[in-house]
Amino acid sequence: MTLHDLTIVEAGARLRSGETTSADLLAAVLDRASQTEAQIHAYLTIDRAGAAEAAAKADADFADGIDHGPLHGIPMALKDNMCTRGLETTASSQILAGYVPPYDATVTTRLRDAGAVLIGKTNLDEFAMGSSTENSAYGASYNPWDIGRVPGGSSGGSAAAVAVGSALGALGSDTGGSIRQPASLTGIVGMKPTYGTVSRYGLIAFASSLDQIGPLARSVDDAAVMLEAIWGHDPLDSTSYAGEYPDLHSGMGRDVRGLRVGVVKELSGEGYEPAVEEAVATMVERLAAEGAEIVEVSLPTFDIAMSAYYLIAPAEASANLARFDGIRFGHRAEGATTNALMARTRAEGFGPEVIRRILLGTYALSAGYYDAFYGQAQKVRAAVQEDLARTYKTVDVLVSPTSPTVAFVAGDRVDDPLAMYLSDICTIPMNLSGDPGISVPISLDHQNLPIGFHVMAPSLGESVLFRVAAEVERLAEFTAKPVLQEVAG
Amino acid sequence: MPIEIDIAHVARLARLDLPQAELDDYRSQLGAILDHAAQVQSLDGEPSTESEHPLGLVNVLRPDERRPSLDRDEVLAQAPESRDGYFVVPPAMDSE
Repeated sequence: MTLHDLTIVEAGARLRSGETTSADLLAAVLDRASQTEAQIHAYLTIDRAGAAEAAAKADADFADGIDHGPLHGIPMALKDNMCTRGLETTASSQILAGYVPPYDATVTTRLRDAGAVLIGKTNLDEFAMGSSTENSAYGASYNPWDIGRVPGGSSGGSAAAVAVGSALGALGSDTGGSIRQPASLTGIVGMKPTYGTVSRYGLIAFASSLDQIGPLARSVDDAAVMLEAIWGHDPLDSTSYAGEYPDLHSGMGRDVRGLRVGVVKELSGEGYEPAVEEAVATMVERLAAEGAEIVEVSLPTFDIAMSAYYLIAPAEASANLARFDGIRFGHRAEGATTNALMARTRAEGFGPEVIRRILLGTYALSAGYYDAFYGQAQKVRAAVQEDLARTYKTVDVLVSPTSPTVAFVAGDRVDDPLAMYLSDICTIPMNLSGDPGISVPISLDHQNLPIGFHVMAPSLGESVLFRVAAEVERLAEFTAKPVLQEVAG
Repeated sequence: MPIEIDIAHVARLARLDLPQAELDDYRSQLGAILDHAAQVQSLDGEPSTESEHPLGLVNVLRPDERRPSLDRDEVLAQAPESRDGYFVVPPAMDSE
């Protein structure tokens, strides 16, 4: 197996046995990036000098007997909405073109402290608003399984990099499914932790009550070691959880005998591709054969969760994105007054999807419409939380497809915002509730496109979540890798 | 019933200086999205609780102590225009 195809855990073993070096791993992924970037465009920025320095440091550490743990010496990527001191951070927006943060996000600091080698910054839908990574001001990313298709989004660059081998792992952010859906569409593992467990300090905010950073990885085990490195209380994030954190490895490798697995009735039916439904049903049968107790459950509020999400997320975004005004950083347009300057700067700097959501959120919060839209959406959010609390009295985890479809053809949904929004129908409820969710690749459809299996658990239920995810991974034996099509000429 | 949207007013509130043709497009797209979003009004009954942090966190205080902050010059280096340690902006009101 080539170095760029290794999991983090496999690469770590080779680093410690002296079989390979961090510099070798870095060279392998950079080589892979050189071969694939023209087709995939996973990265916005590659920091060759910074990465080379970090890899040399890791190799020197190993020679000195210093070991910072599983991520030490591992080449990894960050979604470009996470601040990196001294390295351009744009959130894929023109309004932040050239912005060089004066500080590191907490996750950046934690990866550096864990000895990870940061390769660069990955492409995303502008300000993480989208499900295809086509809304980037710097050009779309494409899916390694079929370069005519999207990698999902908004963490599509991170997902594509991990799937194609130009990073061994990457961080993404998930506001409505932006880690799990691209992981599903690119055949890798993607996990959104419990809200409040990974610091949002230095994450460029989209919708603060929904945003959560998490890992995109080649295996469930890799996702676990990445999460262990980045989570934990952070005084710089006032929503950060200060209590006890779950043990991720306590259940991994154990079977699922006796676990109660709820199959969500509302996350199936119209709009779901038959191949996706069949693959999920087959995995549910296999879990049953392993001794899990399968229960069909109904959560009626899931039918209106998406409607609530598309009011709450834009409402929060309209407030969060007020800071982009051409005064303190980023793009500035000309204007005779401060107000004219700000309004021109914003109209020039934001792309169409961002403008659409700011307008939508501003409307939902405006006098006369607040109660009917935003206020009512918050009630739905509370009702989703109650629906889940009721359901978790009878089941340990919930399962569904991660995405109702496999990767769709690039351009297909660009002009139909509502069709694009439906991509996240299975993942949104976990953002509204704050609970964790994970997508594990289980099979390919007849077009050789990956299908993801979604496991959900109650808040701080990561132990049982990873236990089930690890078992799904073992049963699926999904080892396929994308083969890039040769470009003619 | 089509949802009423004064798109020019919304754009003003959002500080977005957009041409009329674009505003018209956004109005029709918002109409379609809001038609769908209006499904929130079909919620049966009232939830018994308010939506809250999943881990029940409330407010967070910290000691009122001086702590190191970002370097002023490094921060101002990102500003489109700055002078003598300040951000520079045009007048808030028209001079006429």
